[in-house]
Amino acid sequence: MARLSASAFTSHIPAIGAAIDNGKTAEDYWKPVFSGYEFAKKWVAEQKPDVVILVYNDHASAFDSNLIPTFALGIGEEFQPADEGWGPRPVPNVEGHPQLASHLAQSVIQDEFDLTVFNTLNVDHGLTVPLSLMFGQPDAWPCKVIPLAVNVVLYPPPSGKRCYALGKALRRAVDSFDEDLNVQIWGTGGMSHQLQGPRAGLINKKFDMDFLDRLVKDPESLSQVPHIDYVRYAGSEGIELVMWLIARGAMDEEVEEKHRFYHVPASNTAVGHLILENNPA
Amino acid sequence: MALDKPYLDVPGTTIFDADMARKGFHLNQYCMSLMKAENRERFKSGERAYLDEWPMTEAQKEAVLIRDYNLMMKLGGNIYFLAKIFSCDGISFQVAASTMTGLTVDEYKEMMVTGGRSPEGNLYKSDMTEEGNNG
Ligand SMILES: [Fe+2]
Repeated sequence: MARLSASAFTSHIPAIGAAIDNGKTAEDYWKPVFSGYEFAKKWVAEQKPDVVILVYNDHASAFDSNLIPTFALGIGEEFQPADEGWGPRPVPNVEGHPQLASHLAQSVIQDEFDLTVFNTLNVDHGLTVPLSLMFGQPDAWPCKVIPLAVNVVLYPPPSGKRCYALGKALRRAVDSFDEDLNVQIWGTGGMSHQLQGPRAGLINKKFDMDFLDRLVKDPESLSQVPHIDYVRYAGSEGIELVMWLIARGAMDEEVEEKHRFYHVPASNTAVGHLILENNPA
Repeated sequence: MALDKPYLDVPGTTIFDADMARKGFHLNQYCMSLMKAENRERFKSGERAYLDEWPMTEAQKEAVLIRDYNLMMKLGGNIYFLAKIFSCDGISFQVAASTMTGLTVDEYKEMMVTGGRSPEGNLYKSDMTEEGNNG
């Protein structure tokens, strides 16, 4: 049977991708950011996930204003890095897991989550930066990846409550997949940041700390936080954090916190990172 | 009954909701066209003529020409779409963000490395001046 073993959470700031791609990770500005991911690299190499369900959002790269699915799951064989206006990132193509992905789609739709599914989609920094942070710069990504794209560009994104419940439905779906697979789920985006308007640059460390604590220990109450609180306290783009609740929802109620990292700033954004494991009874 | 929009009293912030998206549809789709190198070239070699190919309002076109990102957002632009314009100009997200705040690029960078803009005084419209609260 497939087993959902662990989750990783991380910001997916494009400037981090650019720093990796341009060999700037050892510069004074970037060093503290990347040192926060040393643990994750070792950890994921030991864990050897077969498949990662990667929750992220597209930033007007593959989806424009014509088509805006709230939840879209990638069931294709392969996904290419998107050209976001300055050429695609020099990273490997992302290999999907069509069997598990189709199983997830069919299961959660029958579980009342009316997902969109896609076969071909170019994936932007939201998906590829977390892969780079966790795996470095290999010639091929060491696992299959099932993209789950969440709309957080057009307001309103799905509620925290809905995201958390979708996570639970995904978990039920993973648990019912017959093949022996080590599956992880990653939640990406955030933490507090605002990229627009006279209030651009907002960072709210207190909000972020509270979010991390409750994500680990009390996700149920965290999932009740309304959109306006994210917008007001964590910035208009901080609302990406609802995506972390999908990954958390797929985990056991009690989890073991293996690693936590927080740093301000990377470009305009607070960097947050967590690793949680399910403990098999 | 009108939708509840509690975010309207968040200062210095434009929420890209369904009404804004409708207003900004053509502006945002024009931005998307800049994802293609040949379109970027055509835009750069004649901005006004390129904009005239799109059914945007005159106010939207003028906001693009003077690169007033706050105004573009007021007219329905979304930051992730507008990013295609400043990328085309070779400007980073951080530099573009600074232009929206009334800070110089260096002041903005300094604010970020010292922990970012504090939430204090920046949570409700009554807290903040039109130009923002950069203190
Ligand atoms: Fe993002």
